[in-house]
Amino acid sequence: MATFHFDLVSPEKLAFSGEVDQVDIPGWEGDFGVLAGHAPVVAAVRPGILTIIAGGQKQKVIVLGGLAEVSDNRLTVLADVATSIEEIDRTQFADTVAEMEEKLSEKEGHELDLAITRLDNYKSIQHELNTTAMH
Amino acid sequence: MASLKDMRVRIASTKATQKITKAMQMVAASRLRRAQQAAEAARPYADKMSAVISNIASAAAGSPGAPGLLAGTGRDQVHLLLVCTGERGLSGAFNSSIVRLARERAQALIAQGKEVKFFCVGRKGYEQLRRLFDKQIVEHLDLRSVRQLGFVNAEDIAKKVLARFDNGEFDVCTLFYAQFKSVIAQIPTAQQIIPLVVEEKAANAPTTSYEYEPEEDELLPRLLPRNVAVQIFRALLENNASFYGAQMSSMDNATRNAGEMIRKQTQIYNRTRQAQITKELIEIISGAEAV
Repeated sequence: MATFHFDLVSPEKLAFSGEVDQVDIPGWEGDFGVLAGHAPVVAAVRPGILTIIAGGQKQKVIVLGGLAEVSDNRLTVLADVATSIEEIDRTQFADTVAEMEEKLSEKEGHELDLAITRLDNYKSIQHELNTTAMH
Repeated sequence: MASLKDMRVRIASTKATQKITKAMQMVAASRLRRAQQAAEAARPYADKMSAVISNIASAAAGSPGAPGLLAGTGRDQVHLLLVCTGERGLSGAFNSSIVRLARERAQALIAQGKEVKFFCVGRKGYEQLRRLFDKQIVEHLDLRSVRQLGFVNAEDIAKKVLARFDNGEFDVCTLFYAQFKSVIAQIPTAQQIIPLVVEEKAANAPTTSYEYEPEEDELLPRLLPRNVAVQIFRALLENNASFYGAQMSSMDNATRNAGEMIRKQTQIYNRTRQAQITKELIEIISGAEAV
Protein backbone atom coordinates (compact mmCIF):
# COMPACT_ATOMS: atom_id res chain seq x y z
CA MET A 1 0.00 0.00 0.00
CA ALA A 2 1.30 3.38 -0.94
CA THR A 3 2.41 5.52 1.92
CA PHE A 4 2.79 9.26 2.32
CA HIS A 5 4.58 11.59 4.67
CA PHE A 6 2.73 12.91 7.66
CA ASP A 7 3.79 15.64 10.09
CA LEU A 8 1.81 16.46 13.18
CA VAL A 9 3.09 19.69 14.64
CA SER A 10 1.94 21.70 17.61
CA PRO A 11 3.47 25.06 18.58
CA GLU A 12 5.51 23.36 21.25
CA LYS A 13 6.81 20.30 19.47
CA LEU A 14 6.83 18.05 16.47
CA ALA A 15 4.45 15.39 17.76
CA PHE A 16 4.70 12.95 14.88
CA SER A 17 6.67 12.70 11.70
CA GLY A 18 6.96 9.75 9.37
CA GLU A 19 5.54 7.61 6.60
CA VAL A 20 1.97 6.47 7.12
CA ASP A 21 -0.73 4.57 5.25
CA GLN A 22 -3.75 6.52 6.34
CA VAL A 23 -4.74 9.33 8.68
CA ASP A 24 -8.28 9.99 9.85
CA ILE A 25 -8.81 13.64 10.69
CA PRO A 26 -11.69 15.17 12.61
CA GLY A 27 -12.47 17.98 10.17
CA TRP A 28 -14.60 20.96 11.04
CA GLU A 29 -17.21 19.87 8.53
CA GLY A 30 -16.96 16.17 9.25
CA ASP A 31 -14.33 13.49 9.65
CA PHE A 32 -12.28 12.55 6.65
CA GLY A 33 -9.56 10.06 5.88
CA VAL A 34 -6.43 10.89 3.96
CA LEU A 35 -4.68 8.28 1.84
CA ALA A 36 -1.68 8.60 -0.45
CA GLY A 37 -2.42 10.73 -3.50
CA HIS A 38 -5.13 12.82 -1.85
CA ALA A 39 -6.06 16.03 -3.64
CA PRO A 40 -4.56 19.24 -2.21
CA VAL A 41 -6.79 20.49 0.54
CA VAL A 42 -6.69 22.90 3.45
CA ALA A 43 -9.17 22.06 6.17
CA ALA A 44 -9.92 23.32 9.63
CA VAL A 45 -9.73 20.69 12.36
CA ARG A 46 -12.14 20.53 15.25
CA PRO A 47 -11.17 19.23 18.69
CA GLY A 48 -11.28 15.48 18.33
CA ILE A 49 -9.31 12.29 17.97
CA LEU A 50 -6.96 11.84 15.06
CA THR A 51 -6.07 8.31 14.03
CA ILE A 52 -2.77 7.48 12.39
CA ILE A 53 -2.52 4.13 10.63
CA ALA A 54 0.97 3.03 9.73
CA GLY A 55 2.03 -0.52 8.94
CA GLY A 56 -1.14 -1.99 10.38
CA GLN A 57 -0.62 -0.15 13.67
CA LYS A 58 -3.19 2.32 14.87
CA GLN A 59 -2.20 5.31 16.92
CA LYS A 60 -4.64 7.78 18.35
CA VAL A 61 -3.83 11.38 19.11
CA ILE A 62 -6.10 13.95 20.66
CA VAL A 63 -5.95 17.27 18.84
CA LEU A 64 -7.67 20.35 20.16
CA GLY A 65 -8.39 22.19 16.96
CA GLY A 66 -6.04 23.26 14.22
CA LEU A 67 -5.49 23.05 10.54
CA ALA A 68 -4.75 20.24 8.09
CA GLU A 69 -2.96 20.71 4.80
CA VAL A 70 -2.47 18.14 2.07
CA SER A 71 -0.11 18.84 -0.81
CA ASP A 72 2.47 16.98 -2.89
CA ASN A 73 1.67 13.66 -1.27
CA ARG A 74 2.32 14.92 2.21
CA LEU A 75 0.00 15.84 5.01
CA THR A 76 0.69 18.41 7.67
CA VAL A 77 -1.58 18.92 10.63
CA LEU A 78 -1.01 22.09 12.62
CA ALA A 79 -2.63 21.21 15.91
CA ASP A 80 -3.27 23.71 18.68
CA VAL A 81 -2.55 20.97 21.17
CA ALA A 82 -1.59 17.40 20.37
CA THR A 83 -1.54 14.76 23.09
CA SER A 84 -1.33 11.05 22.44
CA ILE A 85 -4.20 9.10 23.93
CA GLU A 86 -1.94 7.27 26.36
CA GLU A 87 -0.50 10.45 27.76
CA ILE A 88 -3.60 12.47 28.38
CA ASP A 89 -4.54 13.23 31.94
CA ARG A 90 -8.17 12.20 32.12
CA THR A 91 -8.99 13.96 35.36
CA GLN A 92 -7.48 17.18 34.09
CA PHE A 93 -9.43 16.85 30.89
CA ALA A 94 -12.62 16.32 32.87
CA ASP A 95 -11.81 19.43 34.88
CA THR A 96 -11.41 21.46 31.70
CA VAL A 97 -14.78 20.24 30.46
CA ALA A 98 -16.43 21.11 33.77
CA GLU A 99 -14.84 24.55 33.75
CA MET A 100 -16.05 25.20 30.22
CA GLU A 101 -19.55 24.20 31.23
CA GLU A 102 -19.49 26.66 34.10
CA LYS A 103 -18.29 29.51 31.96
CA LEU A 104 -21.05 28.90 29.44
CA SER A 105 -23.49 31.04 31.36
CA GLU A 106 -21.23 34.11 31.08
CA LYS A 107 -21.26 34.10 27.32
CA GLU A 108 -23.88 35.24 24.89
CA GLY A 109 -24.65 35.58 21.20
CA HIS A 110 -22.09 34.35 18.74
CA GLU A 111 -19.60 33.57 21.47
CA LEU A 112 -22.09 31.31 23.19
CA ASP A 113 -22.58 29.36 19.96
CA LEU A 114 -18.84 28.92 19.61
CA ALA A 115 -18.47 27.85 23.23
CA ILE A 116 -21.27 25.30 22.89
CA THR A 117 -19.74 23.79 19.77
CA ARG A 118 -16.39 23.59 21.48
CA LEU A 119 -17.87 22.01 24.57
CA ASP A 120 -19.70 19.45 22.42
CA ASN A 121 -16.45 18.53 20.74
CA TYR A 122 -14.68 18.14 24.05
CA LYS A 123 -17.49 16.04 25.42
CA SER A 124 -17.37 13.69 22.49
CA ILE A 125 -13.63 13.25 23.05
CA GLN A 126 -14.33 12.50 26.68
CA HIS A 127 -17.03 10.02 25.74
CA GLU A 128 -14.63 8.29 23.39
CA LEU A 129 -11.97 8.20 26.07
CA ASN A 130 -14.27 6.61 28.59
CA THR A 131 -15.83 4.05 26.28
CA THR A 132 -12.66 2.72 24.68
CA ALA A 133 -10.80 0.86 27.34
CA MET A 134 -7.05 1.19 27.38
CA HIS A 135 -5.14 -1.64 25.89
CA MET B 1 48.93 51.98 50.82
CA ALA B 2 46.63 49.06 51.49
CA SER B 3 47.91 46.62 54.05
CA LEU B 4 48.58 42.99 53.18
CA LYS B 5 45.44 41.91 54.96
CA ASP B 6 43.29 44.32 52.90
CA MET B 7 44.80 42.89 49.76
CA ARG B 8 44.07 39.34 50.82
CA VAL B 9 40.47 40.28 51.46
CA ARG B 10 40.18 41.89 48.04
CA ILE B 11 41.59 38.88 46.26
CA ALA B 12 39.22 36.60 48.13
CA SER B 13 36.25 38.71 47.19
CA THR B 14 37.24 38.80 43.52
CA LYS B 15 37.57 35.03 43.65
CA ALA B 16 34.08 34.76 45.11
CA THR B 17 32.72 36.94 42.31
CA GLN B 18 34.45 34.80 39.76
CA LYS B 19 32.86 31.70 41.21
CA ILE B 20 29.44 33.28 40.88
CA THR B 21 29.92 34.40 37.30
CA LYS B 22 31.31 31.00 36.43
CA ALA B 23 28.27 29.29 37.94
CA MET B 24 25.92 31.67 36.13
CA GLN B 25 27.66 30.94 32.89
CA MET B 26 27.21 27.23 33.37
CA VAL B 27 23.55 27.58 34.30
CA ALA B 28 22.97 29.78 31.27
CA ALA B 29 24.69 27.24 29.04
CA SER B 30 22.47 24.40 30.17
CA ARG B 31 19.32 26.51 29.93
CA LEU B 32 20.41 27.75 26.54
CA ARG B 33 20.40 24.22 25.21
CA ARG B 34 16.83 23.72 26.34
CA ALA B 35 15.71 27.13 25.10
CA GLN B 36 17.32 26.50 21.76
CA GLN B 37 15.58 23.16 21.41
CA ALA B 38 12.25 24.77 22.22
CA ALA B 39 12.86 27.49 19.66
CA GLU B 40 13.76 24.94 17.05
CA ALA B 41 10.74 22.79 17.88
CA ALA B 42 8.45 25.75 17.32
CA ARG B 43 9.92 26.62 13.95
CA PRO B 44 8.15 24.04 11.73
CA TYR B 45 4.77 25.10 13.09
CA ALA B 46 5.37 28.80 12.57
CA ASP B 47 6.84 28.25 9.11
CA LYS B 48 3.99 26.01 7.99
CA MET B 49 1.49 28.44 9.40
CA SER B 50 2.85 31.39 7.49
CA ALA B 51 3.15 29.30 4.32
CA VAL B 52 -0.50 28.28 4.49
CA ILE B 53 -1.63 31.77 5.39
CA SER B 54 0.30 33.51 2.66
CA ASN B 55 -1.15 30.99 0.24
CA ILE B 56 -4.70 31.85 1.23
CA ALA B 57 -4.02 35.48 1.94
CA SER B 58 -2.50 36.37 -1.41
CA ALA B 59 -5.82 35.39 -2.95
CA ALA B 60 -7.91 37.23 -0.40
CA ALA B 61 -5.83 40.38 0.13
CA GLY B 62 -7.22 42.23 -2.85
CA SER B 63 -10.87 41.54 -2.15
CA PRO B 64 -12.81 44.27 -0.34
CA GLY B 65 -14.10 41.96 2.39
CA ALA B 66 -10.61 41.03 3.61
CA PRO B 67 -10.37 40.93 7.41
CA GLY B 68 -8.73 43.82 9.26
CA LEU B 69 -5.81 41.74 10.45
CA LEU B 70 -4.79 41.24 6.85
CA ALA B 71 -5.83 44.44 5.13
CA GLY B 72 -5.20 46.78 8.05
CA THR B 73 -7.46 49.65 9.04
CA GLY B 74 -6.50 51.66 5.99
CA ARG B 75 -4.51 54.11 8.11
CA ASP B 76 -1.15 54.01 9.80
CA GLN B 77 -1.56 56.79 12.30
CA VAL B 78 -1.28 54.88 15.56
CA HIS B 79 1.51 52.38 16.01
CA LEU B 80 1.70 49.79 18.73
CA LEU B 81 5.19 48.61 19.52
CA LEU B 82 5.17 45.22 21.20
CA VAL B 83 8.56 45.08 22.86
CA CYS B 84 9.67 41.70 24.19
CA THR B 85 12.69 41.68 26.48
CA GLY B 86 14.10 39.53 29.24
CA GLU B 87 13.11 39.49 32.87
CA ARG B 88 16.59 39.67 34.22
CA GLY B 89 19.75 41.52 33.49
CA LEU B 90 23.38 40.41 33.61
CA SER B 91 23.17 39.51 29.98
CA GLY B 92 25.33 42.08 28.28
CA ALA B 93 23.62 44.31 25.76
CA PHE B 94 20.72 41.91 25.20
CA ASN B 95 17.91 43.98 26.71
CA SER B 96 19.24 47.37 25.78
CA SER B 97 19.80 46.45 22.14
CA ILE B 98 16.13 45.48 21.77
CA VAL B 99 15.06 48.61 23.60
CA ARG B 100 17.34 50.75 21.47
CA LEU B 101 15.81 49.41 18.26
CA ALA B 102 12.29 50.05 19.59
CA ARG B 103 13.24 53.49 20.81
CA GLU B 104 14.77 54.52 17.51
CA ARG B 105 11.70 53.28 15.68
CA ALA B 106 9.45 55.17 18.07
CA GLN B 107 11.38 58.39 17.68
CA ALA B 108 11.32 58.10 13.90
CA LEU B 109 7.57 57.56 13.98
CA ILE B 110 7.00 60.47 16.31
CA ALA B 111 9.08 62.69 14.04
CA GLN B 112 6.73 61.72 11.23
CA GLY B 113 3.80 62.89 13.31
CA LYS B 114 2.51 59.42 14.16
CA GLU B 115 1.21 58.33 17.49
CA VAL B 116 3.15 55.61 19.31
CA LYS B 117 1.98 53.20 21.99
CA PHE B 118 4.01 50.59 23.79
CA PHE B 119 3.15 47.15 25.04
CA CYS B 120 6.05 45.81 27.07
CA VAL B 121 6.60 42.14 27.69
CA GLY B 122 9.36 41.59 30.20
CA ARG B 123 10.46 43.66 33.12
CA LYS B 124 13.75 44.97 31.78
CA GLY B 125 12.32 46.58 28.70
CA TYR B 126 9.56 48.16 30.71
CA GLU B 127 12.02 49.68 33.15
CA GLN B 128 14.11 51.18 30.38
CA LEU B 129 11.24 52.47 28.27
CA ARG B 130 9.42 53.93 31.25
CA ARG B 131 12.06 56.62 31.60
CA LEU B 132 11.38 57.98 28.12
CA PHE B 133 7.85 57.01 27.20
CA ASP B 134 6.05 56.64 30.48
CA LYS B 135 2.74 57.98 29.16
CA GLN B 136 2.78 55.94 25.97
CA ILE B 137 3.09 52.56 27.67
CA VAL B 138 -0.42 51.19 27.51
CA GLU B 139 0.31 47.83 29.05
CA HIS B 140 3.11 45.78 30.43
CA LEU B 141 3.33 42.16 31.27
CA ASP B 142 5.69 40.24 33.47
CA LEU B 143 6.68 36.71 32.64
CA ARG B 144 8.84 36.34 35.70
CA SER B 145 6.57 33.83 37.35
CA VAL B 146 6.54 31.67 34.23
CA ARG B 147 8.94 28.81 34.57
CA GLN B 148 8.41 27.10 31.25
CA LEU B 149 7.26 29.25 28.36
CA GLY B 150 4.14 27.73 26.91
CA PHE B 151 1.93 28.59 24.01
CA VAL B 152 -0.63 29.77 26.57
CA ASN B 153 1.61 32.73 27.45
CA ALA B 154 1.78 33.84 23.86
CA GLU B 155 -1.95 33.34 23.42
CA ASP B 156 -2.52 35.53 26.42
CA ILE B 157 -0.49 38.38 24.94
CA ALA B 158 -2.10 37.91 21.54
CA LYS B 159 -5.56 38.15 23.09
CA LYS B 160 -4.70 41.47 24.71
CA VAL B 161 -3.24 42.85 21.51
CA LEU B 162 -6.20 41.70 19.45
CA ALA B 163 -8.70 43.17 21.89
CA ARG B 164 -7.01 46.54 21.50
CA PHE B 165 -6.98 46.18 17.75
CA ASP B 166 -10.70 45.40 17.71
CA ASN B 167 -11.30 48.52 19.79
CA GLY B 168 -9.51 50.54 17.15
CA GLU B 169 -6.74 51.60 19.51
CA PHE B 170 -3.98 51.21 16.93
CA ASP B 171 -3.50 50.62 13.21
CA VAL B 172 -0.13 48.92 12.96
CA CYS B 173 1.53 46.54 15.38
CA THR B 174 5.23 45.79 15.30
CA LEU B 175 6.92 43.11 17.33
CA PHE B 176 10.43 43.64 18.72
CA TYR B 177 12.59 40.77 19.84
CA ALA B 178 16.10 39.38 19.48
CA GLN B 179 16.51 36.70 16.90
CA PHE B 180 18.83 33.91 17.96
CA LYS B 181 21.64 33.38 15.48
CA SER B 182 24.30 31.89 17.68
CA VAL B 183 25.65 32.17 21.18
CA ILE B 184 27.58 35.30 20.30
CA ALA B 185 25.12 36.82 17.84
CA GLN B 186 21.60 37.84 18.73
CA ILE B 187 19.99 40.17 16.24
CA PRO B 188 17.39 42.65 17.47
CA THR B 189 14.54 42.36 15.02
CA ALA B 190 11.40 44.33 14.25
CA GLN B 191 8.58 42.39 12.65
CA GLN B 192 5.24 43.82 11.63
CA ILE B 193 2.45 41.46 12.67
CA ILE B 194 -0.67 43.59 12.16
CA PRO B 195 -1.58 44.02 9.37
CA LEU B 196 0.08 40.87 8.17
CA VAL B 197 2.84 41.28 5.64
CA VAL B 198 2.36 38.64 2.98
CA GLU B 199 5.65 37.60 1.51
CA GLU B 200 5.85 37.93 -2.23
CA LYS B 201 6.24 34.49 -3.63
CA ALA B 202 8.84 33.81 -6.25
CA ALA B 203 7.21 34.21 -9.65
CA ASN B 204 8.10 30.74 -10.86
CA ALA B 205 7.19 28.92 -7.65
CA PRO B 206 4.54 26.33 -8.34
CA THR B 207 1.27 27.28 -6.71
CA THR B 208 -0.91 24.48 -5.54
CA SER B 209 -4.58 25.13 -5.93
CA TYR B 210 -6.14 23.92 -2.74
CA GLU B 211 -9.63 22.97 -1.91
CA TYR B 212 -10.76 24.70 1.21
CA GLU B 213 -12.94 23.33 3.89
CA PRO B 214 -14.65 25.52 5.09
CA GLU B 215 -14.34 28.24 2.42
CA GLU B 216 -11.40 30.67 2.42
CA ASP B 217 -13.41 33.60 3.72
CA GLU B 218 -14.47 31.52 6.69
CA LEU B 219 -11.06 29.97 7.28
CA LEU B 220 -9.04 33.15 7.15
CA PRO B 221 -10.67 35.00 10.05
CA ARG B 222 -9.95 31.97 12.18
CA LEU B 223 -6.34 31.60 11.11
CA LEU B 224 -5.23 35.21 11.34
CA PRO B 225 -5.64 35.72 15.10
CA ARG B 226 -3.97 32.37 15.59
CA ASN B 227 -1.07 33.46 13.46
CA VAL B 228 -0.56 36.52 15.66
CA ALA B 229 -0.24 34.22 18.67
CA VAL B 230 2.12 31.93 16.82
CA GLN B 231 4.37 34.79 15.78
CA ILE B 232 4.45 36.11 19.34
CA PHE B 233 5.22 32.64 20.64
CA ARG B 234 8.07 32.28 18.23
CA ALA B 235 9.40 35.70 19.24
CA LEU B 236 9.26 34.74 22.91
CA LEU B 237 11.14 31.52 22.32
CA GLU B 238 13.77 33.19 20.15
CA ASN B 239 14.10 35.83 22.81
CA ASN B 240 14.52 33.25 25.51
CA ALA B 241 17.29 31.47 23.63
CA SER B 242 18.93 34.80 22.81
CA PHE B 243 18.79 35.83 26.44
CA TYR B 244 20.66 32.76 27.64
CA GLY B 245 23.11 33.06 24.78
CA ALA B 246 23.84 36.67 25.69
CA GLN B 247 24.04 35.82 29.36
CA MET B 248 26.40 32.97 28.72
CA SER B 249 28.83 35.04 26.67
CA SER B 250 28.68 38.02 29.00
CA MET B 251 29.30 35.79 32.03
CA ASP B 252 32.16 34.16 30.19
CA ASN B 253 33.67 37.61 29.72
CA ALA B 254 33.10 38.45 33.36
CA THR B 255 34.81 35.24 34.47
CA ARG B 256 37.78 36.01 32.28
CA ASN B 257 38.00 39.57 33.55
CA ALA B 258 37.85 38.36 37.13
CA GLY B 259 40.69 35.92 36.41
CA GLU B 260 42.77 38.74 35.00
CA MET B 261 42.05 40.89 38.05
CA ILE B 262 43.00 38.09 40.42
CA ARG B 263 46.28 37.62 38.57
CA LYS B 264 47.14 41.31 38.84
CA GLN B 265 46.12 41.62 42.45
CA THR B 266 48.08 38.52 43.41
CA GLN B 267 51.17 39.94 41.73
CA ILE B 268 50.90 43.25 43.62
CA TYR B 269 50.26 41.33 46.83
CA ASN B 270 53.36 39.18 46.37
CA ARG B 271 55.52 42.17 45.50
CA THR B 272 54.37 44.08 48.54
CA ARG B 273 54.93 41.07 50.77
CA GLN B 274 58.46 40.57 49.40
CA ALA B 275 59.23 44.29 49.86
CA GLN B 276 58.11 44.09 53.46
CA ILE B 277 60.27 41.05 54.17
CA THR B 278 63.30 42.71 52.57
CA LYS B 279 62.67 45.84 54.63
CA GLU B 280 62.49 43.84 57.85
CA LEU B 281 65.70 41.98 57.00
CA ILE B 282 67.53 45.26 56.32
CA GLU B 283 66.32 46.56 59.65
CA ILE B 284 67.54 43.46 61.51
CA ILE B 285 70.92 43.43 59.76
CA SER B 286 71.58 47.11 60.24
CA GLY B 287 70.47 46.73 63.87
CA ALA B 288 72.99 43.87 64.36
CA GLU B 289 75.80 45.84 62.70
CA ALA B 290 75.21 48.76 65.02
CA VAL B 291 75.78 46.53 68.05
